[in-house]
Amino acid sequence: MLTFVGLGLYDLGDISVKGLEYVRNADTVFLEAYTSRLMGADVGAMEAFFGKEIRVLGREDVEQNPRDILDCAAAGRVAFLTGGDPMVSTTHADLRMRAAAAGIETSIIHASSISSAVSGLSGLQNYRFGKSCSVPFPAKGWFPTAPIETIAANLAQNLHTLVYLDIQNDRYMRVPEAIAVLEEMAQKRGIEPPALYVGIARAGSERPVVAAGTGATLKETDFGPPLHILAVPADLHPMEREYLETFAGL
Amino acid sequence: MTRRKKMVERVTELMDKPERIRNIGIVAHIDHGKTTLSDNLLAGAGMISEELAGRQLFMDSDEEEQARGITIDASNVSMVHEYGGEEYLINMIDTPGHVDFGGDVTRAMRAVDGAVVVVDAVEGTMPQTETVLRQALKEGVRPVLFINKVDRLVNELKVDEQEMQIRLAKVIDKVNKLIKGMNEKMYNDGWKLDAAKGTVAFGSALYNWAVSVPFMKKSGVSFKDVFDKCNAGDMKWLGKNSPLHAVLLDMVVKHLPNPLQAQDRRIHIIWHGDYTSAEGKAMVNCDPNGPACLMVTDISFDPHAGEVATGRLFSGTLRRGTECYIIGAAKRANRLAQVGIFMGAERIEVEALPAGNIAAVTGLKDAIVGSTVTTLLEMTPFESLKHYSEPVMTVAVEAKSMKDLPKLVEVLRQVGKEDPTVQVSINEETGEHLISGMGELHLEIITGRIKRDKGVDIITSPPIVVYRETATGSAGPVEGKSPNRHNRFYIELEPMDPAIVKLIQDGEVSMNQQAIERRDALAAAGMDKDEAKNVKAIEGTNMFIDMTKGIQYLNETMELVLDGWREALRGGPLADELVQNLKIRLVDVKLHEDAIHRGPAQVIPAVRSAVKAGILMAGDSLLEPVQKIQITVPSEQMGAATSQIQGRRGQVFDMLSEGDTMTIVGKAPVAELFGFAGDVRSATEGRAMWSTEFAGFELVPAGIVDEVVKGIRRRKGLKEQIPRPDDYLA
Ligand SMILES: Nc1nc2c(ncn2[C@@H]2O[C@H](COP(=O)(O)OP(=O)(O)O)[C@@H](O)[C@H]2O)c(=O)[nH]1
Ligand SMILES: [Mg+2]
Repeated sequence: MLTFVGLGLYDLGDISVKGLEYVRNADTVFLEAYTSRLMGADVGAMEAFFGKEIRVLGREDVEQNPRDILDCAAAGRVAFLTGGDPMVSTTHADLRMRAAAAGIETSIIHASSISSAVSGLSGLQNYRFGKSCSVPFPAKGWFPTAPIETIAANLAQNLHTLVYLDIQNDRYMRVPEAIAVLEEMAQKRGIEPPALYVGIARAGSERPVVAAGTGATLKETDFGPPLHILAVPADLHPMEREYLETFAGL
Repeated sequence: MTRRKKMVERVTELMDKPERIRNIGIVAHIDHGKTTLSDNLLAGAGMISEELAGRQLFMDSDEEEQARGITIDASNVSMVHEYGGEEYLINMIDTPGHVDFGGDVTRAMRAVDGAVVVVDAVEGTMPQTETVLRQALKEGVRPVLFINKVDRLVNELKVDEQEMQIRLAKVIDKVNKLIKGMNEKMYNDGWKLDAAKGTVAFGSALYNWAVSVPFMKKSGVSFKDVFDKCNAGDMKWLGKNSPLHAVLLDMVVKHLPNPLQAQDRRIHIIWHGDYTSAEGKAMVNCDPNGPACLMVTDISFDPHAGEVATGRLFSGTLRRGTECYIIGAAKRANRLAQVGIFMGAERIEVEALPAGNIAAVTGLKDAIVGSTVTTLLEMTPFESLKHYSEPVMTVAVEAKSMKDLPKLVEVLRQVGKEDPTVQVSINEETGEHLISGMGELHLEIITGRIKRDKGVDIITSPPIVVYRETATGSAGPVEGKSPNRHNRFYIELEPMDPAIVKLIQDGEVSMNQQAIERRDALAAAGMDKDEAKNVKAIEGTNMFIDMTKGIQYLNETMELVLDGWREALRGGPLADELVQNLKIRLVDVKLHEDAIHRGPAQVIPAVRSAVKAGILMAGDSLLEPVQKIQITVPSEQMGAATSQIQGRRGQVFDMLSEGDTMTIVGKAPVAELFGFAGDVRSATEGRAMWSTEFAGFELVPAGIVDEVVKGIRRRKGLKEQIPRPDDYLA
């Protein structure tokens, strides 16, 4: 039995009661630690809280050599922990299909996801979001401009864009850097950069930071420690504008 | 005014007048007399004293060269010569004669417009005569001929006057045949050598005399005088009445092109950018007022000035403080610290150096041999320098003492910078560094130089043969999946058509040329039009073609796809050796919607494993380097010499007899040629003359291939079991 259990947004308190019960009764507990992080709890704290030993997985262990996970799932109850909601903005669909192919029963226990939290924190209505995109750390020979094109296409249809920011080992992309990268993409493609952004840090914590403003303003804003995420609003509905003025310093 | 000062004045005056400049190289088979000729020309032109030239080989400035008596690096000198009442500035490059250093010859040919081909009258044309001549023609460099060592015909071979003339005529015929065979168009356009027209001279570099038909008319010295005076041992008379430098330099001035004439033609051969652009026009016209465009052909380290870059300035003017950019390097300005030109063998600083000259500058921190240097931010680079040989042997070097480790790394970087035919791979983790070169001698010289000149004590491993891998059949579509399995690449593989391989090797097709030009050249050679249009990259003799249409995000992912492909080419599945002659078509791609999930960590391994699995499916095969061998021996030693080739898995394909000597032509794999020099010497009682030349890579014979592959895998610490396609595609 392989169950994907969402940990939610920030700390130990964000897992669902169902999820918690499952984990406490599992034979083996794996933690996927490369697509997202639970910033408000380290592995030690989780082990103490769940009363279970946790095996931390790197990208290789999931994508390259999932044998070990599947063997455990064939023999007993496996909890596969991920930040956020398990199948949102990740590539775990592959693991679930491999398990099914091996005749292993699978299920998902959901938790809150950043993609819905952004609507709540920013007041941008979730009906009005277009395609999402993410801003990766540029690498040698690789500077994709697709993200700015996605944003431009959404804006053209008067839709908001949710922009995920890259996580690599101990590197977390932050709002100011992401805006700088987006502006460089825009220049490369000859696109007008967005006039307004909403930056959000540590969604799910007690003191999330939410700030709306121009690129120039947000690049100078201190959002504090990770994780960060960004939204690019389309034309604001009066309710959305009022909400941002009230909660995001617009 | 001192003599030196006067000379400086003459040189700097002439450098502004391109019609008075000749940039030339001297090329020959080893020992045919290039260095002797260069030194005596310099002396004759008053640039060094004659006694000095007699005693010390001036151009052989490297200790190594003097010890071995061969010229290793092309060195630059210049001299002033008077002809028809006008003065001319002749910039001259002496090039190495050993084919192990063929790369140096190519570099020198890029800088010059004309070449004096030196051939020993007794030996006649040799394999390396052919190689250097081919390199000259390829670069659009016009040849004249000097038949040297005529004194030996008379004094050693004891020929009579008529026989002397017949022999000389034969040499001219042979060289003409070579030119015609290599480039019939040039031959018909007046590059055919003709003694009557004055494009051939005869003489003795050592004894400082020469004759040519036009000069005979001036001096009255005839072939009869040549024969009589050699016979009588009075070559001093010849030197006085028909001096070497006067005859040779007259020929150079009269028959070799000046930069204005040469660049108009040569720029179209060595540069494939837009000829209507500012830099294109400036180079074709050798315009000192256009943007500066310099091609670096040599980098040396001077204890006072540091790194000195020498090269040909095709357009513009260089001054101290000029800000230059190195195309392909980081986009930061390199400020010229010194700008110089050669006077004799000295480098002198000048205020401003205009187009058409050989420049020697300091301050080009980012340049390497072969770099395109310009005052523009961007320009199409010059065609990369073509080498007719490829590295066939590798040695591992290690610092003897730990404290030399950082210095060794530094020195190895320098070696790689100075000589582009050397491949250096530095592994700072293991401390094992590899140097690949063109033969045993080449590597010995390089490691010797590291020890002696650079003062780093090193231990070297015995040399190892460099192998290659290639596919002998076709395969595909092969599906390569990214680790997250959301990105898929479908490729087809097949061996590259030999005609296309040749186009790439000859530089007729490259990624520097404009897409339309490349497409037409490929289509003309028989490649499918659609494929020819979609070439995305060429790496060695491998090609990557994108046959997909309209796949979203593929464009911004292509660099990563090519990275994965290049990684696979760096080490094939069979023996982790370089892959060659492989054509790959990308036929379909599926990409994840989000950029992060199709980044480097996903795309590179997906493509790499598809290529590696594909090579296996297409019949991965091992190739070994082969050398052409030519041995000349007295007839009675023929059997001994022949068995030296045949005993080494070799093949003899020609035997030519001339008088009582036999020339045996054959080939043998490099793997069997260790110790060849010593063995030939003892088998023929030291009477053989021989040479070898790179002749490409060939399949390792079926009978031994398993053994060889096992040996390589063991040496490299690879699993004994050769991988299967599934090992890459899981
Ligand atoms: N007899 C004779 N020997 C010559 C002549 N020119 C060069 N040599 C000798 O040939 C050998 C090779 O000459 P060198 O200039 O080093 O040849 P390189 O290898 O082409 O540079 C030396 O021993 C020279 O003294 C010549 O005209 N006559
Ligand atoms: Mg020499």
